[in-house]
Amino acid sequence: MSKTDITRAFAGGKAFIPFVTCGDPNIETTAAVVRALAEAGAAIIELGIPFSDPTAEGPVIQNANVRALAGGTTTDTVFDLVRDLRAGRPGADGTFAAAPVTTPFVFMTYANVVFHYGIERFCQRMVEVGVDGLILPEVPLEEKDEFASVCAQHDLAFISLVAPTSAGRIQAIAREAEGFVYLVSSLGTTGMRDTFATDLDAIVAQIREATDVPIAIGFGISTPDQARTMAAKADGVIVGSAIVAQAAEAASPAQAANTLGAYAKAMVEAVR
Amino acid sequence: MTNPEGRFGVHGGQYVPETLMNAINELDEAYAFYKSDPAFQAELHDLLNNYAGRPSLLYFAERMTRDLGGAKVYLKREDLNHTGAHKINNVLGQALLAKKMGKKRLIAETGAGQHGVATATAAALLDMECEVFMGRKDTERQALNVYRMRLLGAKVHPVDSGTATLKDAVSETMREWTNRVADTHYCLGSVMGPHPFPTIVRDFQAVISQEIKSQMLEREGRLPNAVLACVGGGSNAIGTFYHFIDDEDVRLIGCEAAGRGIDTLETAATVNTGSLGIFHGMKSYFCQDEYGQISPVYSISAGLDYPGVGPEHAWLHDIGRAEYVPVTDDEAVDAFEYLSRTEGIIPAIESSHALAHAMKIVPDMDKSDIVVVTLSGRGDKDVAAIARYRGEDLHE
Repeated sequence: MSKTDITRAFAGGKAFIPFVTCGDPNIETTAAVVRALAEAGAAIIELGIPFSDPTAEGPVIQNANVRALAGGTTTDTVFDLVRDLRAGRPGADGTFAAAPVTTPFVFMTYANVVFHYGIERFCQRMVEVGVDGLILPEVPLEEKDEFASVCAQHDLAFISLVAPTSAGRIQAIAREAEGFVYLVSSLGTTGMRDTFATDLDAIVAQIREATDVPIAIGFGISTPDQARTMAAKADGVIVGSAIVAQAAEAASPAQAANTLGAYAKAMVEAVR
Repeated sequence: MTNPEGRFGVHGGQYVPETLMNAINELDEAYAFYKSDPAFQAELHDLLNNYAGRPSLLYFAERMTRDLGGAKVYLKREDLNHTGAHKINNVLGQALLAKKMGKKRLIAETGAGQHGVATATAAALLDMECEVFMGRKDTERQALNVYRMRLLGAKVHPVDSGTATLKDAVSETMREWTNRVADTHYCLGSVMGPHPFPTIVRDFQAVISQEIKSQMLEREGRLPNAVLACVGGGSNAIGTFYHFIDDEDVRLIGCEAAGRGIDTLETAATVNTGSLGIFHGMKSYFCQDEYGQISPVYSISAGLDYPGVGPEHAWLHDIGRAEYVPVTDDEAVDAFEYLSRTEGIIPAIESSHALAHAMKIVPDMDKSDIVVVTLSGRGDKDVAAIARYRGEDLHE
């Protein structure tokens, strides 16, 4: 696995990219959900490593982070989870299909989680277990070298974000983009919403002038209708809070997998 | 002291979501212009002198000096500023800057409530909207300041996330800024966060050491041997240190909140117990666990109850220019009571941390030595909490 796997994931048509907070409500549920999302046709799966103070998140994912940490999830737990998913081992209760998951994975977490682990050590572990890219929402263009240079040495994609307020910066960010460009749909934090920035088409056009790297739109998307509209503007859509909320409400790992498998199938259909 | 990328040694930087980058770059450019604009400086100077009451007194604490029996103790009376703390120095500067930039709304975090009150005050004066984010726990332990802010026309949002204290108030204010950035300035209260905030806030607080220096030269004809200030994020401390950084004979002593002690988990002494990390927009020292999760810190003082420290302090620590010492709740409360009885001055519990350390070192110093302790704020807001600490059933 490598960063080219991420870009290749967009070759089969518009990409549905789900996000899960690892360890919420427990690691078994995350394992079951990731398998279900992969089977439903997710192009890439974003795995969130919980952080105590996730400043880019709205309440749904904030609370998921709190629950995951309270349940004992650590960065190493998440590495182990990925290792098991790639190896095709069953989950702890032995009820899941053992087929290895081959869908590209990207980590989404916060700078301090990676920095404190040691950037080099963190990237090595990503390669060992089979994660292909890294998203750090509070590491902008100005600060990315410290992380991106190490990712580059390990053939991992350091994924850049473009926001509705990025005027004048879009092309500089896009020129250095790897994996995909994460286009933030609206102002504010993550979380389900009804309205999005109005100039996304113009931003997409500016990104395309500077790079061939695919563009995925995220923040706030939850329904198939929204996914269809956003997918038409770009190469894929990212859905986080809607999935995290459903995983948290499920009574068991199997139920979470059923619910989210069905949801993901509908979203995959919608974005096509 | 800042290099072009907003770094202090390895510390500092701009670790914020892309959504905010244009806003902080715009702030950086505006500040670069206005800091050397004579008209802006004249307007700020007028506000500081004729509204906030500067220059603040440098008071010779004669009874305290006699009682401790060592160095002469001077108190820099930031508690006498309008709104009762040093916070107004920074807030008037930032609010005026924001106004010049065409911003209509100020948002701010607050711990003890002093920065929130100062921001609400400046917003009232300059006819701007104001919303303040304050940890739920702090709204309870500093209830009077919450009402004060509302009286000044600000909206106060209690924050329930995380530990419901200053750290979470900062996170929530950052989130709100990403929500509405075009007409809004984040009036950050300390020398922390992403560049250019640590530099802007330091420059606006540097008036403290500028005045100490000239007042001391006038009074004593010499510089002090040591200057002391409490450190949470570190704004009154950097203000107290700044114009002495190049005077190598002047000891710079920052007093951190040790809570129940630095060998316990209930502490907020970041330099003494933390490690290098990236959080709230900056690289600096933070209290954190083995996986980089930010620790739930503790101090009796809501204003020092923060798991990080400003990047310039981290750098002054690295190069050995400043010392950072821990002071416990007990020591701070003793100093709070001591100054009240000895000098008739009730200090903020934050400032009492610096006083407590002065009380430790002054007796061993020479009688010809001089120390300056910055009284960053007044203690009216703390009276009920200290009474409860001493076992009295007193509520505001």
